Formats: sequence, structure tokens, C-alpha cells
Amino acid sequence: MSNPTALQNGPRQSAVSPAHHPAGKEHSPDAPLSIHDMTVAYHRKPVLWDVDLDLPERSLIGVIGPNGAGKSTLIKAAMDLVPKASGRVRVYGLPYRKNRKRVAYVPQRESVDWDFPVTALDVVAMGRYRRIGWCVPVTKKHREAAREALDRVGIADLADRQISQLSGGQQQRTFLARALVQDADLYLMDEPFAAVDAATEKAIVKILKDLKADGKTALVIHHDLQSVEDYFDYVVLMNMRIIAHGPTSAVFTEDNLRKTYGGKLTLLADAAEAMRRVQARS
Amino acid sequence: MIESLQSWDWYLDGWIVGVGILCATACALLGNFLVLRKMSMMGDAISHAVLPGLAVAFLLTESRTSVPMFLGAAIVGVLTALFTEWIRGFGKVDEGASMGVVFTTLFAIGLVLIVRAADYVDLDPGCVLYGAMEFTPLDTVEVAGFVVPRVAVTLGVVLLVNIAFVAIFYKELKISSFDPELATTMGINAGLMHYLLMTLVAVTAVASFEAVGNILVVAVLIVPPAAAYMLTDRLSIMIALSLVIAAVSALLGHVSAIAGPALFGYGSVGTAGMIAVAAGFLFVLAVLLGPRHGVISKLVHHVSLSMRIAAEDVLAMLYRIEELAVGEQRSVVPAHLDAAMQLATPRRRLLVGHLVHRGLVDREGGRLILTDRGRDRARNLVRSHRLWETYLLRYTRLRPDHVHFSAERLEHSTDHELQAALNAHTDSPHIDPHGRPIPPRISERD
Repeated sequence: MSNPTALQNGPRQSAVSPAHHPAGKEHSPDAPLSIHDMTVAYHRKPVLWDVDLDLPERSLIGVIGPNGAGKSTLIKAAMDLVPKASGRVRVYGLPYRKNRKRVAYVPQRESVDWDFPVTALDVVAMGRYRRIGWCVPVTKKHREAAREALDRVGIADLADRQISQLSGGQQQRTFLARALVQDADLYLMDEPFAAVDAATEKAIVKILKDLKADGKTALVIHHDLQSVEDYFDYVVLMNMRIIAHGPTSAVFTEDNLRKTYGGKLTLLADAAEAMRRVQARS
Repeated sequence: MIESLQSWDWYLDGWIVGVGILCATACALLGNFLVLRKMSMMGDAISHAVLPGLAVAFLLTESRTSVPMFLGAAIVGVLTALFTEWIRGFGKVDEGASMGVVFTTLFAIGLVLIVRAADYVDLDPGCVLYGAMEFTPLDTVEVAGFVVPRVAVTLGVVLLVNIAFVAIFYKELKISSFDPELATTMGINAGLMHYLLMTLVAVTAVASFEAVGNILVVAVLIVPPAAAYMLTDRLSIMIALSLVIAAVSALLGHVSAIAGPALFGYGSVGTAGMIAVAAGFLFVLAVLLGPRHGVISKLVHHVSLSMRIAAEDVLAMLYRIEELAVGEQRSVVPAHLDAAMQLATPRRRLLVGHLVHRGLVDREGGRLILTDRGRDRARNLVRSHRLWETYLLRYTRLRPDHVHFSAERLEHSTDHELQAALNAHTDSPHIDPHGRPIPPRISERD
């Protein structure tokens, strides 16, 4: 298991870093999420390799990469949901475990059983459980907060529906509302745009822009290369390791996309289209 | 049946039912979370695997006092859950296989130990396996001046502990069952909840042995919650219903154990077995009658939907006949529909009766004619149909003579909004691909 406060970073780091700089690179204190030398392996096969990442504050960050690139694992390892082989994660300058309350997570929609006997409102209220505390029932105040969050994502009228009675887009909005109600500063979202209707996509984009305007940061795993430039001002291109990260205009280039997708790029029609657009821009 | 019930003894039978209810509700309460976590078999595994824990406790203390028994059960219960995790992780096999390995092995060890222990400790393997519910009222203790069966006291305490557990950790159980990852990011330790639950399942299983035996524990653990799950989509109601179903199973089980066999001329049968049968019976009822997932409601929904579609087809047919009619003769001889629509006469009678009843069609001297309302409805159906034909021809590669069948299916599920969208996508056509007019949108009168 990882120990976020440990100073040694595994053999690679200590071999490279000279003695006068024992802690390796410093975490930037304000970065919403700062990952250092993170490696994750599954059954001895690496899934993520030596990830170094400092996210800028007040930004919308798209994580782009082919299937199996470890995008979900990046988020999950950062939140200690999967064990790390090595690496340190800091959230706004503190180890993740000490700053959990500033992070909200929107998992993939398929990660839960939608036949579970709860309403949309129940699910959103779960976002308040930390604030409510152990063994204390959900009070009216928190239910109201949940209702407001549902209103913000535009489905307040569906609050009392059992969750399998919601469409895919409405389920995604429910998850988003559950994150909003946590009132966090950093939002980690695993493919919120996957298989949603156009209206939901628009609603999510609006919420993302609002979050940014409120000084918050969102890291969003995204698949549609066409919309990257419209939605995100910062991108992380990855394929098991970080290929490039930086402002969209500087990093979202044909060259980097080719490095990220490798030979698969030609197979993806939309990737080709995105490249064409990138070329047209430059 | 009445005769055999006349032998009902309020002390004996009353307590047998009482013990049954305590046992069934204590189990069912926890079972809800096993069912919702899709871990029903874990209940089975733990209830079998606690056997060696019990046996070791007997062998060490040579007594049947409760405390070592429950301690042994709790330890082995948690070990079962742990071993299952480990074997799944190391052996790379699925959870079912790893559970199968763990609990059968532990169960077998337990059996061997118990048979050995039985030689010199007052412990009966049969009692552990099948329970001895009928004898529970005979072994009593005194509580606050009342003479109460010992098992009832144990089960009562376990039931109270389970109620307290679910009441106190309701929110935590809910979130860690629904979304364990979210629970973890919330600082709610889903793993801890898991092992707490498993410990209580083990303890409850041990307390239930004398009542239903460990082979049937899983029946009261899983079947009532599974039945309740069919009946509602609210967690709190599901829990309440599961308790009611568990209690009714216990009552029904004992009554039918006394009365049932007598009907067929046998002696009485074991109450524990009949409780499991009663729970199974209630489950089948729930599967049939469940409001949303139930077989009957699905059937009714299906039949009423196909009825609506067939009736709409008749309406549209009447409209098309009107379109073709020359002069004033717009009504139709009902029997002509049979040939035109390939309808069996009784089915046509049913559909026409339905349409007349709904005021969409009138009978005029043995002939059928659309009412104004019926014509509006029919016109919109035909409009949707012809818009779909236009749309499909334009945007798909279907051949012109194939679009009719697709449009025929689509027209029934096309509401106002979709129709407007279709109209916009096809540039508001007036003529369909087959040259027939597309009627304008009519707002239907009710």
C-alpha cells in the first residue's frame, strides 16, 4: 500500500534525484491535483507508468487516450480506489486522505446496479453522507440540498423516481447532481458524456462552465475528440503513461494525438476528423 | 384440516410459531443487504461454514453455553468472507467458485468435528443440520418471572441486535451496498460494513440452528427479501415487506406442517421444512403479482399494448377505406375487415367492440363508420405512417416497397413531438412516397 507522506519515491526517483533534493520535485501547493511518480500494476502488468501530473487551478481538463490507456485507473488510483505500486497524490497541497472532502467523483454509469431500490433523490443525498456523518439519518436540510442539485441539472421533477425508471442521460445527470451536492473543489469525472442525449450533453457542459466560473476544477475523461477544443482549456493525453499535458491550444496537436493513439489513430474516423481540424487551425 | 388444528396447543404451538417468527425475521432483515449486494450465496456459505467454529467451541468448552458458540461462529464467519476474497484474488477464479471451495471445506471439517464431539458432548449433528423446532418450547429459561424457551431468548436478542445494526447503520449499509466506491471516497469504509454484516450473518445463523437448522437458514435469509424485492422499489418498504413475509412464512409453515399432511392422510411433517416451503410459495406469489417486475403485470401490459396496436390498425384501415370511398358510402361492413386485415372474426369483434365502447367508431345499420373523434385519431396515425415512409425512404436504404412495414410499427409509438420532428426533417411534405396525401396535423378532441 502507498504511504502518501513517505519521502522515498521508489528506486527510479532516488537514483535520479541528487542528495540535495531528497524529496524529488516539489508538489505545487495550489494544484488541485498533483500526482508524482505514480505507477499502478494489475496482476504484475503495468497499467499506469510513472505518471507525473500537476493540474492547473480553475480549469476544465480533458483526459484523452485510447481504450485501455488507464484513464479510469488514473482517477481511481488518485482516490485510493485501486492500490498504487508507487507514487504520491496530493490534493490542494495535502495528501488525498486528508483532503477527501474537496474531491467529488462521478463514476462511470455502468459502475452501479440501477435496479437498486432507491430514488434519484436518495442517490443524490448520498453525496451528503460525509457531511452528515456516521450513524446520523439524512435530515430535511440535506434532502433539500439534494433537490436543489437535481434542479441544477434539470431533473428536479424526477426526484422521486426509482433510478431504473430514468433514461441514460437522466441517470448521468443524477450522478452529476450527487457530485455537485458534495460542494467539492475538484471534480473527477469518468466519461460523463458517454452515451447521453444531446440535451444532457449540453446541460453537463453548462455545469462544467459554471464550476469553472466558481473557481473549481474538473478533470473529465473524454472520448469524443471533436469536442475537446470546445469543452476543455487543458488536456492530458495519455496511453499508460502521460504523453503530453498542457493548455489545449498547445498540446492538442496532430503529433501528440498520433503519439497517443499510435497506429490505432487511422482506424478512428473521428480521430482523423479531429486531426483534420487541428491541421486547419494551425 | 380443522380436526388436526384442534390439537393446537397455545403454549407449544404458540412458541413454535413464535420461535419461527423470531428466527425468520432476524435472518430476513440481514438478508435484504445480501440480496441487494448480489451476495445471496454468501449467506449460504457462511451459514454452512460456521459449523467448525461451533464444533471447536464445543470441544474447547464442552458446554453449549452461548458465548463461546457465538464467538466461534463470528470468527469463522469473518474467515469465510476473508478466505473467499483471498482465493478469488490469488486463484483468479470467480467469487462463486471460490465460495464453493471455502464453505464446503469448512462445512466438511465442521461435520467431522461434530460427529467426533457428539461421542462425548451432548450435541446432535441432526439437530444442527435440520433444526429441532418442535422441541424448542421444552427447553426453557425464566426471564423476569416468565417461562420462555431458551431459543426464543437467544433469537430475540439476536433480532434486537440486527434491528439496531440496520437502524444505526441504515445510511452506511445503503451507500456501501449501492456504490461501495463512492462510500470509500466519502470516508465510509465499505469493507468494514461488509465484515460487520458477515459477522452478524454468522451469529444469526448460529442462533437459528436450533430453530431451522443450518441447511434451511438460507431459505429464511434470502427468500423473504427476494420476494419483497419483487414487490417494491423502495429500500425501506422492501425491508418492512421482507419482515412481514418472513413472519407469515413462519406462521404458514407451522400451520401447514400440522394441518397439511393430515389432508392427505399422513402424520405431521417438520415445521422448519414447511417454513422454507411457505417462503418459497410466497416468493412465487410475489413473482406472479409484483406490480412492476411481476409476471402478471407484464402480461397485462403486453396484452393491453398489443390490443391498442391492433385497435389502432383497425382505425387506420377504416380511414383508408374512407379515403378510397366514392360518394357518400363511407361505412364498412365489419366482415370485410376480416379479409382486408387478416383478422380472425372473434378478434375483430373484440377490437370493434372496444372501439365502439371508446366512442371512436359507430355502428350504423350493421355497418361501421368512424366518429369524428375516431377520424381525428385515425388521421394522425395515418399522418405518422406516411411521414415515416417519407423519412425512411429519404434517410435509409430501405426500398420503397419495404418502408410500409417499418412505418406500420413506428406509427403506434409516435407522439406529437416526434411527429413534428419527422415533419421538420422531411420538409413538411403533403404527399407520401406512394403518392397519397399526408393529412394535416389535427389536435385530437377528447
